[in-house]
Amino acid sequence: MEDTNLNEMKDLVLAYVKKEYIDDDDVELTYDTPLISSGYVDSFSMVSLLVFLEHKFKIKIPPSKATPEAFDNVNNIVKLVNQYLNT
Amino acid sequence: MSYAQKTRDLYQSQLEEIQKAGIFKEERFIHSAQAANIEVEFPAGSDLKEVINMCSNNYLGLSSHPDVIKAAHDGLEIRGYGMSSVRFICGTQDIHRELENKVTEFLGTEDTILFPSCMDANAGVFEAILTSEDIMISDRLVHASIIDGMRLCSAQHDTFKHSNMEHLEEKLQLHADKRLKLVITDGVFSMDGDMAKLDEMVRLCEKYDTMLLVDDSHASGFIGKTGRGTHEYCNVFGKIDIITTTFGKALGGASGGCVSGRKEIVDMCRQRARPYLFSNTIAPVIVSGVLKVFDILSSSTERRDKLEKNAAYWRAGLTEAGFILKDGCTPIVPVMLFNAKLSQDFSRDLYNEGIYAIGFFFPVVPNGQARIRTQISAGHEKHHLDRALEAFIKVGKKYGILGLTRDQVVEKYGM
Repeated sequence: MEDTNLNEMKDLVLAYVKKEYIDDDDVELTYDTPLISSGYVDSFSMVSLLVFLEHKFKIKIPPSKATPEAFDNVNNIVKLVNQYLNT
Repeated sequence: MSYAQKTRDLYQSQLEEIQKAGIFKEERFIHSAQAANIEVEFPAGSDLKEVINMCSNNYLGLSSHPDVIKAAHDGLEIRGYGMSSVRFICGTQDIHRELENKVTEFLGTEDTILFPSCMDANAGVFEAILTSEDIMISDRLVHASIIDGMRLCSAQHDTFKHSNMEHLEEKLQLHADKRLKLVITDGVFSMDGDMAKLDEMVRLCEKYDTMLLVDDSHASGFIGKTGRGTHEYCNVFGKIDIITTTFGKALGGASGGCVSGRKEIVDMCRQRARPYLFSNTIAPVIVSGVLKVFDILSSSTERRDKLEKNAAYWRAGLTEAGFILKDGCTPIVPVMLFNAKLSQDFSRDLYNEGIYAIGFFFPVVPNGQARIRTQISAGHEKHHLDRALEAFIKVGKKYGILGLTRDQVVEKYGM
């Protein structure tokens, strides 16, 4: 059950990243695809991802935790979200 | 000595990496004044070669105009070589203010402040007018100097998909709670040559109580029916809050730039913009040359009209020959080759044919979008363009790409 929730969260984040940042339909993204270090998401655009996560999951992520490393792939993002869901 | 061998080794290995990646930049030495025909030494040490320049920002052909050169000479004689000061200590001559007033009138704004370059204007303006309570929302393809300027500013930042007005509107709604909002775009995008949709952007900015900044470096002097820029072309003259632009391209091509816009914003820059406060005033010789450029532009639209005609002629010739171009109506005409190596080989072969045009590839442009970026000038005559077209066709035939679709070129050469 827990795995299902986790995968649902990952799919939600992945869908948002595709809609928000990827113009090319041919680009295939997985939970592990580097987003920022590979140039799909520039660091300036991270703010909208942060706002999406905070609204969607009703959490508050401190700016100091919203680093390019923490946002570099969907697995990391969901891990970060979970830290604040559980507090 | 603190420059240890390990430091040298570190830099050498980084330089080798750049070379291995194929993105090592080499300068080509030009032995003549900037013009349609130039004499080039390339590679270094080789004999001089006369080539047609198809890649300069000398859009209006004013970089070596005799009247501009004479005005610069006169300025040098009368006002001296340098001012040895920043503007606010003892570096402001009457001609600096005269130029600011001329720019204000030409661009249809409220006031103007000069900077040593447009790079400096973009580096200084955001930090001078925004704080952490505010948001900057920029097009994803804005120029590197804007990105650097935003990095120096404590305001939050977000982006919208290139020229996508629905996405911009979503962002304006998302950030509705911010104290001040500033939308940021290039007027003409330098790599693709396309133009911002300023009419729609002004409408959205008015709807969402947001300021608009346009970097018109690749437009001032020639876009719009009297060359005022993209705001004239899009019928929103007088409605742009901040215009940054350069004198280093169409407007004489030497150096210098400015922030032009709402009076209070210009005043804030005069108080707080660090590149204005901490770097030298623009040399009198340059100010004198740029003043003459504005006289020339205000007296006739002949040069921008010729440029428009030249660009249309060039675009039609390439299209008819079977090249794939980026759509647009500006003098920036990218010839799409998609493959990085092909763009380098093509550029080298053009040079051998006497045509100077540079190939661009990732990371300067997106992966798989390699191209030769051509830039047309009012300094080009029909025979220059015909000669260049002949060379493009010859090289295009060599690589067998004329008349092919994007997919066919990619199939042949890869991304």
